[in-house]
Amino acid sequence: MIHTRNLPFVTTLGIFVIAYALCVLQFPNMLSMRVIGNLLTDNAFLGIAAVGMTFVILSGGIDLSIGSVIAFTSVFVAVLVGSLGVHPLIAFAAVLVISTLFGSLMGAMIRYLGIPPFVVTLAGMFLARGAAYLISTESVPISHEMIDTIQGFYFRFPGGGRLTMLAMLMLLVFVVGAFVAARTRFGANVYAIGGSEQSAELMGVPVGSTTVGIYALSGFLSGLAGIAYTLYTSSGYSLATVGVELDAIAAVVIGGTLLTGGVGLVAGTFIGILIQGLIQTYIVFDGTLSSWWTKIVIGILLFVFIVLQRGIIWYSNRRLAESRLKEI
Amino acid sequence: MKRALAAAVAALTLSLASGVSAASLTVGFSQIGSESGWRAAETTVTKQEAEKRGVTLKFADAQQKQENQIKAIRGFIAQKVDAIFIAPVVATGWDAVLKEAKEEKIPVILLDRDIDAPKDLYLTAVTSDQVFEGKVAGDWLVKEIGSKTCKVVELQGTTGSSPAINRKKGFEQALAGHSNIKIARSQTGDFTRTKGKEVMESFIKAEGGGKDICAVYAHNDDMAVGAIQAIKEAGLKPGTDIKVVSIDAVPDIFQAMAKGEANATVELTPNMAGPAFEALNAYLKDKKAPPKWIQTESKLYTAKDDPMKVYEAKKGLGY
Repeated sequence: MIHTRNLPFVTTLGIFVIAYALCVLQFPNMLSMRVIGNLLTDNAFLGIAAVGMTFVILSGGIDLSIGSVIAFTSVFVAVLVGSLGVHPLIAFAAVLVISTLFGSLMGAMIRYLGIPPFVVTLAGMFLARGAAYLISTESVPISHEMIDTIQGFYFRFPGGGRLTMLAMLMLLVFVVGAFVAARTRFGANVYAIGGSEQSAELMGVPVGSTTVGIYALSGFLSGLAGIAYTLYTSSGYSLATVGVELDAIAAVVIGGTLLTGGVGLVAGTFIGILIQGLIQTYIVFDGTLSSWWTKIVIGILLFVFIVLQRGIIWYSNRRLAESRLKEI
Repeated sequence: MKRALAAAVAALTLSLASGVSAASLTVGFSQIGSESGWRAAETTVTKQEAEKRGVTLKFADAQQKQENQIKAIRGFIAQKVDAIFIAPVVATGWDAVLKEAKEEKIPVILLDRDIDAPKDLYLTAVTSDQVFEGKVAGDWLVKEIGSKTCKVVELQGTTGSSPAINRKKGFEQALAGHSNIKIARSQTGDFTRTKGKEVMESFIKAEGGGKDICAVYAHNDDMAVGAIQAIKEAGLKPGTDIKVVSIDAVPDIFQAMAKGEANATVELTPNMAGPAFEALNAYLKDKKAPPKWIQTESKLYTAKDDPMKVYEAKKGLGY
């Protein structure tokens, strides 16, 4: 018997496996290590950002600044490394500090000023995008030995595919993220706040520091996603990754995390990312479909999952009511 | 639950029963998007040119995002297509994915825009000379204005894109040495009508209700069409009070030209694929690499060129 809480995750996994099987039936070439390698590499930056988003949504919040922070990071790194000749490692460290501080500041405003996360992170979104424009409006190329080395480093799968550094970084972030969510005090606090902030506070959960921590983590991972994006395109561009936060939210929800918070798995987000990537790959293989089908299918999936989540909440409430009735 | 699952899966596999084509060549085409009418026409013409030659064209629209283009190119490589056409959205960041294509020995041809990458990563680039386009537009204006003083406002294309940079450069080259003509204001209209209109409105407000502006130069026709609208709404006559010169030669600008609301446009031919297929065939047949740059013609159209006739000819291309 599957626990009802895990039902969305199992459904997502099922959909992914069935959808992949159907794709392979139509295009046998899609069952290749190359396609799997591509799925991981091409969605690396989105995946990394989505892990941060998972924590935010688990706590019942939202972070709309992700796409802009990625763009800011990429431009910032590109200008530091490409134009000013700073060593990439220093640029990476600097940008991670900035994005983490940026996230914690947003978290502090949400917690201590009592402003809804939606509003604070919306402001953050404009701020980061504006800052990116301020640095450079043109796409800035980077060429540095170290970046070329990172880009050129990969393990070759049998059959031509490749497991790139970016793919490995994303997998690592998912593994660490899943561990933090499931096995640490911080993770437990996030779930508790998402379930009910008031009860969490009464139970003695440090709501303040956890909230700041959640947005700091999301900021840090957005910065890391920005670095991944910079490595992915070896350039920085202030117009890049518009709306990536929405893709990340979609991946989290499709992955079975409740938008109201408290329930969900980091692993589900991973499958959510893969489903999005799979749809895009299918459309490229088909070659005649409008690429906007990606959005349409994601929209349909989101609807399905929101309805499914509602159903689960309704079902568990009823069971709870029934068991209470029995007690009486 | 089962039904919901079935619906999602059905949506996912919703596609035409795309059978295997008998055509000998399969070419993947990664298009930027459909941000302007010109690009829609380029897509139509590319599909027509492929059909004419019996080539199976795999088309991917990137919705203006480089990451989508890179994904599409990787997808084409995974499908083992015979060649890849790319209309790149930005100039930078293509090295890694083009290296992958090269390793798989898939020739890559760039359409309409050039990139900053080692030249051995692609077979050739079929583009217009964007600097030259800007210069043709500028030369026309210089001739049209003569010795009068003239304040020009400029609607730039998408920030950082090569047509925006080059069309600005060419126009400035043409204006150099003619101190009576000055670019007073220059801002991005993102190649779209709505943004073109918005920016033109702000230009008009900033320049004394538009009376000080003698001409508007738009990096594409769509922005010019938006600007014409803004000029009309400000109570001025486009084409007479404010001269309108732009680039691309989409059908709508010919309609405006026929009405006397636009003055000149420089054609950017939507047929980039034709020369690309020719080069590809020659390359595949006898392994002869084409030159790294195939330039298309940049023809100037004015009211003298029977705009309505050109409009009729271009109408069906999906502009």
